[in-house]
Amino acid sequence: MLVSNLEIVPGKRIVKHLGMVQGSTVRAKHVGRDIMASLKNIVGGELSGYTELLQETRAEATKRMVDQAQAVGANAVLNVRYSTTSIAQGAAEILAYGTAVILE
Amino acid sequence: MSAFLLQHPDFVVFLVLLAVGYFAGRAAESAHYRSIRRRERQLAGILMFATKFPPAVQVRQTTTLVSGSVVISSDYFKLFVASLRKLFGGRFRVYETLLDRARREAVLRMKREALRLGGHAVFNVKFETFNVTMGARGGIAAVEVLAYGTALIEPKK
Repeated sequence: MLVSNLEIVPGKRIVKHLGMVQGSTVRAKHVGRDIMASLKNIVGGELSGYTELLQETRAEATKRMVDQAQAVGANAVLNVRYSTTSIAQGAAEILAYGTAVILE
Repeated sequence: MSAFLLQHPDFVVFLVLLAVGYFAGRAAESAHYRSIRRRERQLAGILMFATKFPPAVQVRQTTTLVSGSVVISSDYFKLFVASLRKLFGGRFRVYETLLDRARREAVLRMKREALRLGGHAVFNVKFETFNVTMGARGGIAAVEVLAYGTALIEPKK
């Protein structure tokens, strides 16, 4: 599955457009990470626990989008965008969306 | 003075946190900037474009999405300075450097992924900034910056 945020694939022709596909997931921090983060908040710097948390969340959203694309028979998702929203205190939603296409 | 401090232990804690935040935060920031500048020189060969369409692409090249992200927290001193700054408005220098660090770090991670995959250029680079503050008092003040784009991968010879 080719995933890209361009509208074209260099050297390949798009045979069919299959519409938009998306994947989203909501994750929350856990207490241990939060305690570490509030300590780190005094001295500043990277909160690697949160970096990982959001990366995992984004990977999960991307996977769901790719699954949906596979389900409609696509072999590429183009023009992919990410969007992050704070849903409630301590929880974030990540949405990944793009256009499912069949490449020759 | 010492009698006043003994009567107000909260104030002592506040001063200690402020001092720790100031020194540790400054040290962390300058170390981070040194590391950013060093890696920026290393990865200077990976080009980055905000344009959607790569010029003169060779047919054999493949494309793939690459991304880099980082969550960076403010320190206690910066939080305090920012809360004072809010009274007068104007430039929040303390937060400008925070976002600058986060954005440059995210770009470096994206470039590193592109390099790992054998890419030499990243097109249609997009940024996303997310406030991880998580609302509440006693919560944390941090931002996440995500940088993503499409890497052009050279074919394996």
